[in-house]
Amino acid sequence: MEAYVAHLLILIGIYAILTMGQNIILGYTGLFGIAQAAFYGIGAYTTALLALRMGIPFWVGIVAAAFIAGFMGWILGLCTMRLGGDYFCIATLGFVVIIQQVFLNWENLTRGPMGLPGIPRPHVFGYFFDSRLSFCILVWAFVFILCVVMNNIAGSRVGRAFKAIRDNEAAALAMGVNTLRVKILSVALGSFYAGIAGGLFASYTGYIDPSSFSVMETIIILCMAVLGGMGSITGSILGAAVLIVMPELLRLAGVTGSLSVYRQIIYGMLLVFVILMRPQGIIGKVEFRPIAAIKEGRLFRAV
Amino acid sequence: MPAVLEARSVSKAFGGIRAIDRLDLSIRDGEIFGLIGPNGAGKTTLFNVVTGMDFVTQGMILFEGKNITKEKAFNITRRGIARTFQNIRLFHDMTVLQNVMVGQNCRTRCGIIHAAFRTSRLKKEEKKIADNALEVLAFVGLTDHAEFRASSLAYGEQRRLEIARALSTEPKLLLLDEPAAGMNPQETKALMGLIEKIRSKGKTIFLIEHDMRVVMGICDRILVLNFGKKIGEGTPLEIQKSPQVIEAYLGTGE
Repeated sequence: MEAYVAHLLILIGIYAILTMGQNIILGYTGLFGIAQAAFYGIGAYTTALLALRMGIPFWVGIVAAAFIAGFMGWILGLCTMRLGGDYFCIATLGFVVIIQQVFLNWENLTRGPMGLPGIPRPHVFGYFFDSRLSFCILVWAFVFILCVVMNNIAGSRVGRAFKAIRDNEAAALAMGVNTLRVKILSVALGSFYAGIAGGLFASYTGYIDPSSFSVMETIIILCMAVLGGMGSITGSILGAAVLIVMPELLRLAGVTGSLSVYRQIIYGMLLVFVILMRPQGIIGKVEFRPIAAIKEGRLFRAV
Repeated sequence: MPAVLEARSVSKAFGGIRAIDRLDLSIRDGEIFGLIGPNGAGKTTLFNVVTGMDFVTQGMILFEGKNITKEKAFNITRRGIARTFQNIRLFHDMTVLQNVMVGQNCRTRCGIIHAAFRTSRLKKEEKKIADNALEVLAFVGLTDHAEFRASSLAYGEQRRLEIARALSTEPKLLLLDEPAAGMNPQETKALMGLIEKIRSKGKTIFLIEHDMRVVMGICDRILVLNFGKKIGEGTPLEIQKSPQVIEAYLGTGE
């Protein structure tokens, strides 16, 4: 039982990181970029290949995953940012398809559909993160650090530039913000987060193949961001938690079968429903503030 | 001493329509310079072209003697020209204080690495930005509203916030696009006082307005535009007496 709960918590943690990255791009900067699954895959394959082909340990592999994914995000931003909103969205979706096709067809590198098995768990000074519990703690340590980083960025000049572009790009430009450069930076940062999630995922499951990094996957991440609350760190975790736990609860309640067919309909309807009925998501426009809660006795504050 | 802002034979065409037609303009240091004319005369288009939000079809624009005709909008702000918008363009989901703080983005440097790890350099810079923003808010009289969401402000306060935000970019030249629009007489008077206060701080002001009390009340010189062409330029008194201006715009009064 504990192994099952730990497993869910690990998945929630990994998806929370993916969703935070999505929120940097969509929630903070207002860009409808939905290529997270591609960078998730790039991070996963980077970590896996470095470990399997070159024996490179997890700690180096995860950093490489983050930076390579971030760099690819920067490239994607550079190539697509001048496209208007809708076309930018389609381009990012196209990028997911392209990357998945690369994973599938570059068989010399990725073994194509056969995937990469035997990815080792991380170890430090001889201690192996073998058990579910230990890996769960590792993942949530990453989640915590990335939350702090995202919060730091939100409260800085960079974060204000992101939000200014979201709220009124022309005015941001008029106030001296290099909007093109900042938008590309936002995509790179979101991709950086996705790369870390990918590295964690590869090291956890021990096996990856292209089927995990699909358009459906990228839509699920988008759903988590929208459902939780766009632009909210707490919302990222909440959205991930709800969309991981809900299917499991349904499964335990006996609703099984070819759910994967219904999944696409359910996620699509969920997106439409949230946008129509409660566009600010579950958490709304607030943010959980643990430090302020202790100091001021106020649990939430407006984002 | 070069003029603060100069336009030399500036034209802006949208397809076959000449929104601005061979306009010459010269604004002196410390002036409050007014731009008036009927709707569609090309006034906001001129602002867009000066600030780099749009590009000229022909002609040259000089700021403090330097050619800024082909400069990008954010670079022009960095050089010292700031503007407000005719239809208010605030960052609606950010607080009043944050709106003003964005203005300092072009005057500060800490990038994503400093931000991510909240280095001491970032903390120092953030304090400087916040202090500067509070100072500007005090200058326009919005200190009490600092933590409110920008969209929750009353109309007149939103206009003042736009001005505050532009001021926080530390401009030499401030372009105000119909700042008195929708204001009642008290607010208008307060606005006139604020503009004079801004000028007394050494700024030059370029002002589009329809409210003649404001224009005639505080402008040193006025340029009148109609169908993109200059039809009059001079002091308020001269403009009020010009027959072309009266016919095109001012009317003969009730």
